[in-house]
Parts: sequence; structure tokens; C-alpha cells
Amino acid sequence: MSTARQDIARLAAALAAGLLFGLGLAVSGMVNPAKVLGFLDIFGHWDPSLAGVMATAIPVTAVFYRLAARRPAALTGRPLPPSPARPIDRRLVAGALLFGVGWGAVGFCPGPAIEALVLDGRAWIFVGAMAAGMLGSKCWSRRSSIRAHDAGTEGDA
Amino acid sequence: MELLTTPAVSPVLHGLSRGALGGVLIGVAAGLLMLANGRLAGLSGLFAGLLGGRSATWKEDLLFLAGLPLGALAFRFLLGGEMHLTLTSSPLLLLGGGLLVGFGTRLGGGCTSGHAVCGLARLSPRSLVATLLFMVAAMATVAAGKLL
Repeated sequence: MSTARQDIARLAAALAAGLLFGLGLAVSGMVNPAKVLGFLDIFGHWDPSLAGVMATAIPVTAVFYRLAARRPAALTGRPLPPSPARPIDRRLVAGALLFGVGWGAVGFCPGPAIEALVLDGRAWIFVGAMAAGMLGSKCWSRRSSIRAHDAGTEGDA
Repeated sequence: MELLTTPAVSPVLHGLSRGALGGVLIGVAAGLLMLANGRLAGLSGLFAGLLGGRSATWKEDLLFLAGLPLGALAFRFLLGGEMHLTLTSSPLLLLGGGLLVGFGTRLGGGCTSGHAVCGLARLSPRSLVATLLFMVAAMATVAAGKLL
């Protein structure tokens, strides 16, 4: 059951959260690939800023998650997602490694790349290729095995 | 305080404090999305979900993603923040990097936001493994790129 008021609250919360997330990426400089590459360049002029981002983002998120977990449902009535029950498998390992190579090659991960769409035209090339890669992954997963079936629906995030 | 303003130290501290401030905003954003809507702020998952057509949550997911560029514009035009984007112009890198990020995040079930922020915040062993692996792979890629 979801009332019209809950629907509106949900849309408003999503937009507010997106705005805050985008603001966070801008304030921290993480929307700039050069800044991210500076963090990844551990053998060069190392820029620890990304570690600073994680040092606060993770605990702040964790506090909210604790608050949410105490409730029977989210504030707008939606059930809270269950903990991921999937194992650490080859898909996770291969996927994380491939993502890491792409991230290190350009300095964009999905969030900053989407944010940069209004800042730099070249971000459209990256995001377009990213969408193609995601669709490709979906097709490949469907074909590869039965185990891919549950992974194809929704991952951890 | 002199130490803080020493040129050699202050850029690092400045970066860290700006990073920490941005991290708080990101944490509040991810936390709000869960507390209010019961949604994980995993950007690769949300983006891929929208590519898959109209789900039950497509409107709110689209609004969340639209908030990202709006956040950048708010930072620049409302807060007067400075933003410099230094990005490769190589189409090969942009296309190849984008493909790998798209394919890899879906195969591995998350990206920096989904695994490193949301996953670690809920102490997911899967996310810890994924985060360590993509960090190491990315650092190795940057190191390899400098050798080429």
C-alpha cells in the first residue's frame, strides 16, 4: 500500500538525495577524473583526498543504515532491502577487476561520469560506452550460465 | 597553525578536508535514500536499472540520478564553487574505459558508491572484497599507464 503522499515524499527524497550526492562529489573534487587519478597514483604525487571522502561517507552512511534497520520499513513505507546473500564468486572478482581497470584508465566511475554530463561533452562518450557495457554484461550473463540468472536481476547495488 | 599553512602540507590537508566534507554530504545522501526510500545508492545499479526499462522505482531512480548533475550546477552557480575537469581526450580511452566500467560494475554487482560506500557501511564481505580488488586494479592500471 502506498498513498499519494508517500509517492510524492519518495520522489522528493530521491531528488534531494541525488542533489546532496552530486554536491558531495563536487565539493570533494571527485567529479574531476584528475583528482581521482591522483589518489590512484600511489607511486607518484599521491593525493589522499578520496580517502578523506571514504573516511566520512562510510560511517555517516552506516549511522543512517542503523537507524533504518531499527524500523519495520523505510519512512515512506517501502520495505528495506535484505542483506545480500550471494557468495563471493568469480563473477564478483572478475567484475571488480574489470571495473578497476576502466576506472584507472579514465578516472571516472559511474557517479562522477553521470554528474559530468553537464560539465564536459566528453563525459557523454564515456557514459554511452558505459551503458553499452552494462547492456553487454546483461546479455553475456543471460547466456553464460544458470547461476547468472539471479545475478542478472539485481546485484548488491 | 603554521604547519597547516605551509605550502607543502596545506594542499594535502585542504584536499583531505574538502574530501571529508564531501564525504559527509555523500553519506547523508546515501543514508537518506535508504532511510526514506529503502534504496541503496549504488549508481551503477540504478543507472543499469533505468536502461532496463520502466521498473516500479524508475521515476525516483531517475530523479536521484538527475540530482547528480544538478548538484554540480548548484555547487558552481549557487555556491560559487570552482570546478576544473581534467579528462582524457582519447576516444579510445573514453570508449574502452566506459565499456569496462559498465561491463565490470554489472558483473561485479556494484561500483564505488554501491560497494565502497553502501556495501562497506553495511559491513558486506562481498563489498569489501570488491572494493579491495577494484582499488588495486585501478592503481595497477594507473601505474602501468605511466610506464607506457
